[in-house]
Amino acid sequence: MSSASTTAAAAPAQGRPRARGRHRDLRRFLLQRLGTGLVLCVGITLVAFVLTHVVPGDPAAANLGQRAIGDPAAVAAFRHQYGLDRPLPVQYVLYLKNLLHGNLGISEQSHRPVRADLAEYVPATIELALFAIVLSMVIGIGLGIVAAVFRDRWPDHLIRVLSLAGVSMPVFWIALVAFYLLFFKLGWLPGGGRLDPTQTAPTHLTGMFTVDAAVHGQWTLFWSALRHLLLPGLVLAIFTVGMLTRFTRASMLEIMGNDYVRAARLKGLPERVVILRHVLRPALVSIITVAGVAFGSLLSGTVLVENIFSWPGVGQYAYRSAVNLDLPAIMGVSLFVALVYIVVNLVVDLLYGVIDPRIRLS
Amino acid sequence: MTVPASAPLDPPDPVAAVARRRRLRPVTPAAWRRPLALTGLGVIGAWVVIAIFAPLIAPDNPLAQKFAILAPPSAAHWFGTDELGRDVFSRVLYGARITLPLAVILIIAAMIIGAVIGGIAGYFGGWVDNVLMRVADLVFAFPGIILALAIAAALGPQLRNAVIAVIFVSWPSYARLVRSLVLSARSAQYVVASRLLGASGPRILFTDIRPNAAGPVLVLAALDIGNAVLLLSGLSFLGLGAQPPTAEWGAMVAEGAQNFNDWWVGMFPGLAILTVVLAFNFIGDALRDMLDPRTARAVRNI
Repeated sequence: MSSASTTAAAAPAQGRPRARGRHRDLRRFLLQRLGTGLVLCVGITLVAFVLTHVVPGDPAAANLGQRAIGDPAAVAAFRHQYGLDRPLPVQYVLYLKNLLHGNLGISEQSHRPVRADLAEYVPATIELALFAIVLSMVIGIGLGIVAAVFRDRWPDHLIRVLSLAGVSMPVFWIALVAFYLLFFKLGWLPGGGRLDPTQTAPTHLTGMFTVDAAVHGQWTLFWSALRHLLLPGLVLAIFTVGMLTRFTRASMLEIMGNDYVRAARLKGLPERVVILRHVLRPALVSIITVAGVAFGSLLSGTVLVENIFSWPGVGQYAYRSAVNLDLPAIMGVSLFVALVYIVVNLVVDLLYGVIDPRIRLS
Repeated sequence: MTVPASAPLDPPDPVAAVARRRRLRPVTPAAWRRPLALTGLGVIGAWVVIAIFAPLIAPDNPLAQKFAILAPPSAAHWFGTDELGRDVFSRVLYGARITLPLAVILIIAAMIIGAVIGGIAGYFGGWVDNVLMRVADLVFAFPGIILALAIAAALGPQLRNAVIAVIFVSWPSYARLVRSLVLSARSAQYVVASRLLGASGPRILFTDIRPNAAGPVLVLAALDIGNAVLLLSGLSFLGLGAQPPTAEWGAMVAEGAQNFNDWWVGMFPGLAILTVVLAFNFIGDALRDMLDPRTARAVRNI
């Protein structure tokens, strides 16, 4: 990385220096981001590795079953096969080496490669989390704007209490209540799974059923997938809606105090333009940051929500692997989470540039 | 008193009246006078009373399996009975004895650990700062419950281990806040003066900076305690915290999930969690509004 940056810096500035500089900066910025992301990834594997090795359980016992565990030769063979007889640092390096080859190990509960498990569960969770984050950004930012505009009047008070309730809600409980009311009592929405039991998944493309069905024009499947998405998505979004509402309100109010907002009003701009262009747009920079954090908390929520709505995603998988002390699977989930974190941060950083040209240049 | 009744009354002075009212009512009311904060204090106070006097208030033993199973709410059992014939109302009341003290303990522990780490990182800077804060980032990057899940599972499903897990995922926000506070205090004149007088690093941290950092840290704790309650009860809900037959709210909601068509089993313990968390958040919110804007922003951005 350092050599790349020195050669770039040494290159004589010619032609259109500003445009070149911008590209170079962007590239360096992305490289830097990727670097920290990589460090984070390694760090997370390390944490997961250490964590899973203070575990009292014995993976050999978990894998071989009762009969084979009595046979010391079989146990030794198993331990050798998975490198469990080597010192811990060697095991870790071994794990990293396998990782670079895309080998995440074999899950001890499903006896399948962790990569295959993840490939199956990740799209379901991504679909759910994306749905929930879009929902909560639309509702949360909208409510936040309303609250800021009506500051200290009744809509503001109402929204303030509601958003506080949103972030105070135990998600597993509201999931249960929603399940009981909307599925069991009223039957408005399906109660679990990604499709009706009689339906088969749309042709695989992204693994996100709504997207796949829409791309292939399978509209009945699309509606079914969307209906199944609604209940868990809404429940998941409650917390993040509260979070985003509160934050939007606060940052809008902060910006409304600026002189340039007064100037915009004084020169006769319609209030709508003042709010949306002169207040919301600068506020969006910090709102986007919080939305990134919110996405992380959505992933937390999936662990609890997927269990209740039998949504076959990473959340359930994480729970099952943690309870069964399935080390390779836990590591795999951790890596997935780290990857999501990196991607989300990258997206947030790039969105900064879209929202605020000053950031793009500096 | 001495004015004769027949004397003409002074015409009311509108300016003086307004001024008097203003004096009595400051522009921004103190935190404890805001309705939300008052509600929060009242609710927490009520739960504390319930927790202390649970044996006197609760109609039944929370563990006694002596009633009809899954009976809906009635005059005899306000919140109905659960699948083992226990009185849900009594169990909810007793649940306060677990959640409230544990929430306080774990937030204090997280606060102390985070403050010490953040203080060291901020004061000494350099590679110490780098290492400590990267570790904090690492824990931060992880969705709380997934890390807590792994820790709780690794240590074994026990309430104590769930508390440890929650502490483990909670400290980084305090470390970040304290670090930023220390960084801004490090160049303040009172710290420079203290250093010139020959005070040692720990002395400066503990006697000079600590009182100034205490306020924001406590506000963060007030805001964070609700999250801690949610996380802890979430772990119990997943079966990694309190074990049966303990009357813990999260575990009780899990029992409700097993019997979801008997809504009262899970409904009331969940409401209990909601009221406690909401009350803490009301208080935390009001406290944060008391801070000066810059510190408030620092707390909000954690």
